[in-house]
Amino acid sequence: MKTPVRVKTLTIDGQEVGAREDQTILEVARENGIEIPTLCWLAGLSPVGACRLCLVEVRGVARLLPACVTRVEEGMEVTAHSERLAAYRRSILELLFAERNHVCSVCVSNGHCDLQAIAMKLDMTHVHFPYQYPRLPVDASHERFVIDHNRCILCTRCVRVCDEIEGAHTWDVIARGVECRVITDLNQPWGSSESCTGCGKCVQVCPTGALSEKGRSVAEMSKRRQFLPYLTLMREGRR
Amino acid sequence: MTLEELRKIAAAEQQTQQKYGHRVHVCIAAGCLSSHSDLVKEALRKEVLESGMQSDVLVKGVGCMGLCSAGPLVAVEPEGTLFAGVKAEDAAEIVAGLDSGAPAATSCPTDVPFFERQQKIVLENSGKIDPERIEDYIAADGYAALVHALAEMSPAEVIQQVLRSGLRGRGGAGYPTGLKWTTVAKAGEERKFVICNADEGDPGAFMDRAVLESDPHRVLEGMALAAYAVGAQQGYIYVRAEYPLAVKHLKTAIRQAEHMGLLGNSICSTRFSFHVDIRLGAGAFVCGEETALLASIEGRRGSPRPRPPYPAEDGLWGCPTLINNVETFANVPPIVRKGGEWFAGIGTEKSKGTKVFALAGRVANTGLIEVPMGITLREIIFQIGGGIPEGKRFKAVQTGGPSGGCIPEQYLDSPVDYESLAKIGSIMGSGGMIVMDETSCMVDVARYFMEFCKSESCGKCVPCRTGTAQLHDLLAKITEGTATPAELALVEELCDLVKHTSLCGLGQTAPNPVLSTLRYFREEYEAHIAKKECRAGVCQMHASGEVMP
Repeated sequence: MKTPVRVKTLTIDGQEVGAREDQTILEVARENGIEIPTLCWLAGLSPVGACRLCLVEVRGVARLLPACVTRVEEGMEVTAHSERLAAYRRSILELLFAERNHVCSVCVSNGHCDLQAIAMKLDMTHVHFPYQYPRLPVDASHERFVIDHNRCILCTRCVRVCDEIEGAHTWDVIARGVECRVITDLNQPWGSSESCTGCGKCVQVCPTGALSEKGRSVAEMSKRRQFLPYLTLMREGRR
Repeated sequence: MTLEELRKIAAAEQQTQQKYGHRVHVCIAAGCLSSHSDLVKEALRKEVLESGMQSDVLVKGVGCMGLCSAGPLVAVEPEGTLFAGVKAEDAAEIVAGLDSGAPAATSCPTDVPFFERQQKIVLENSGKIDPERIEDYIAADGYAALVHALAEMSPAEVIQQVLRSGLRGRGGAGYPTGLKWTTVAKAGEERKFVICNADEGDPGAFMDRAVLESDPHRVLEGMALAAYAVGAQQGYIYVRAEYPLAVKHLKTAIRQAEHMGLLGNSICSTRFSFHVDIRLGAGAFVCGEETALLASIEGRRGSPRPRPPYPAEDGLWGCPTLINNVETFANVPPIVRKGGEWFAGIGTEKSKGTKVFALAGRVANTGLIEVPMGITLREIIFQIGGGIPEGKRFKAVQTGGPSGGCIPEQYLDSPVDYESLAKIGSIMGSGGMIVMDETSCMVDVARYFMEFCKSESCGKCVPCRTGTAQLHDLLAKITEGTATPAELALVEELCDLVKHTSLCGLGQTAPNPVLSTLRYFREEYEAHIAKKECRAGVCQMHASGEVMP
C-alpha cells in the first residue's frame, strides 16, 4: 500500500506556500523564489546546519531555526528576511572573512566563489571584527589538486561529498574550535592518501578557493557541480 | 531475585556489620585519595590488627563525605565521630581512642551547619557504604525499588511516580524527567536505549564523579528503572576517561549486579533484560551535549547536530534514546521506593527535591553538599560554606560553569531553583558553585570562561567557532588594559550574535559569563578600559598605558 503524501501550507515572508511534509523550509522557500543564503548546504549532500546563514524566525519559537534542516509544519509563519536576520547574516560572513585569509584579488576562485557572491549579495561592505589570519599550510602534494587551508571556511562539503557520494571518506575534520582543519586520511599529505580516488568531487563542491585544480591562476578556478544533481537523481531513480 | 531474597541479603549484611562495635569509615573517593587516604586506611587496618581489635573494629573504605577541603576524612560509626586531615601516623591515636571516646588531635566537630543544614537523597549512602560491595548497597535498601517495580508495577506506573515527583533534569537545563521518559516510552520502535551522561566537564564541578565513586549501584538501579519504564534493552554510561576511579567502581558494580541477576538477561526472572556498558569520553567538553555524546558513542566525531529531531525519537543509531544525567538517575530509586509525592514534598513549587553542589573557590568549607531546592545562596555560602576566609568581602558566586553567570551580593537571598537563577542571569547548571571575593577580577573571570569555551568549541558552526575566539581576544585586550570603548561595544555585539545564532547549547550559553558580569560589574570593565585599572589587582596592565596598534 502506498503511504499518502501529506501536504502542509505555511507562510514565508507573508507569502502563502504549499509543501510536502518531508520538505524543509529552505527547499520550499527556493521553490517559491524566496532566496535564503546558504554556504554549507548543497543540494545532494546531507544538511548539517553549520554555517548559520539560513537561520530564520518562526513565529512562536523563541530560537532562530536553520531553514536547511527544519521541516515545514502546518500553519508555520516563517520570516526569512528581517533587519535582525540581515545583521546576523552579515556578521557571520564578516566573522568568516576575519577568521582566515580571504583576499579575493589573489584567489584562484575570484569571481567564482560562493563566499564572495553571498557577501556581495548581502551588502557586506567591510569587516568590523579584528582579522585573525593564522598562518596555515598549503598542501600541494596531490598530483592534480591543491588545498589551501587559508581559504577554507570549514563548511565540510568536501567531507560529505567524499563520504556520501564518492564513498571514499578521505576527508574529515581534525582538532577543535578555531584550530579545526580538514584533513585527508589520518592527517597525511593528500598526495600520499591511500583512500583518495582522485575523483575531484571535493574540489568541485568547495565553495571557495580552498580546493582547486593545479595549474589554475587567479580567477581561473570555476567549479563544475552538474554531476551532483545528476548522480543524486540517478540514484534516487534506482531505489 | 525476589524481594524476599533481597531482604535476606540485606539482613545478613546488616547483621555482619552490627557485630562490630566500631565501624571506621575512611573516604577513598578521589578528593581524599589525592591526599593519600589509601595509606590512612592501611595504617588503620594494621593498627587494629596489631592491637587485636579486629573482631570488634571494621575498617572500610567509603565514598565522599562532602567536606573535601578537610580530607582525608575518617568517620566512626555508630558514634558518629569525625576526624579530618588524617595522616597515616594518626592511626594509633584514633584506634586507641575508639573505646574511651577520647578526642584526637584530628577530631572534627559534626554539629556544625555544614552537616546539619544539608538534606541528603542522592548522597544518602555516600560516605556510609563501601562502593565496591553490592551487599552494602542492598543493606541500605538498594535495588529494593527495582525488584519491587519489576514485580508489582507496570512501566506506566513507574513513569507516573517520576512524573508525580516533579523531578527535573539535573544536567543543567531542568527539563522535566517524567515528560522525557513519557516521550521515549511512546516512541514506537522496538530497539531503545538508555544513556547516562557522566561527561561532567564544567570547571570546578565534581558532583557526578562523587556519586559514581561513592554509590555506583544507585545510578545503575536508576538506569534499570528507566529502561523498564521506557522499554529499553541496552544502556550506556558515557563517562569521561579522566575519572578512572569512577570507571573502576562502575565496572565492579556492573559485574556484581549482573552476577546477582539485577542486570543482564531476564532480570529477577522476568522478561525484562537490560545490559549496561561503559563508554569512555576522550576529553571533549562538547560531548556532554546530548547529540555530540550520541555521535561519540557511535564512533563518530563528537560534534552536535541541530535538534529536532530530539534523541527521544531519533537517538543512538536512529533509535529512541533516553539521556539523563548521573544525578537525575541517582534520584530515581528513592522516588520509586518512597513514591513521587514524598519527593514532591521537598523543594519549591517548580523545583522539587534536592540539588548537589560542588562548593569551591573563596569559601571556608569547600566540598560536596546536597541541599533542598529553595535554600538561599546566602545560607549555602555563609552557613554551610562557613563564609569567606581571611576576613575578605564576598563579591560574587558563579553557578553553572561556562554556561552560567556571576551572581552579585544583592541577590544572595534569592532561592536556589531553576527559575530564580535564570531570572538573575545565571543558571542552575549541573551544580558547580564557585565563590569569589574581592581578590577576583570579574573581567578576568569572564575571559577565563571564554578561553574555556573557545578551546572546547567543536568548530562546526561559524558563530561559536570564530565568535568565541574573537570574544576571547577582545576580553584579553581588556584585561591587558589595551582595549577601547568601541571594543567593549564589539564584545556586546558578539555576545548577542553567538548567543542567538550558535548551533548547540555550548555556543548559545558561552556568552553568559560575559553578559552577567557586564550586567552587574560593568564599572570594572570600564575601569579597565578608561583608567587601565584592575581594582582586584589581578590583571597585569601594560605599563605604558598606550593602546597597542
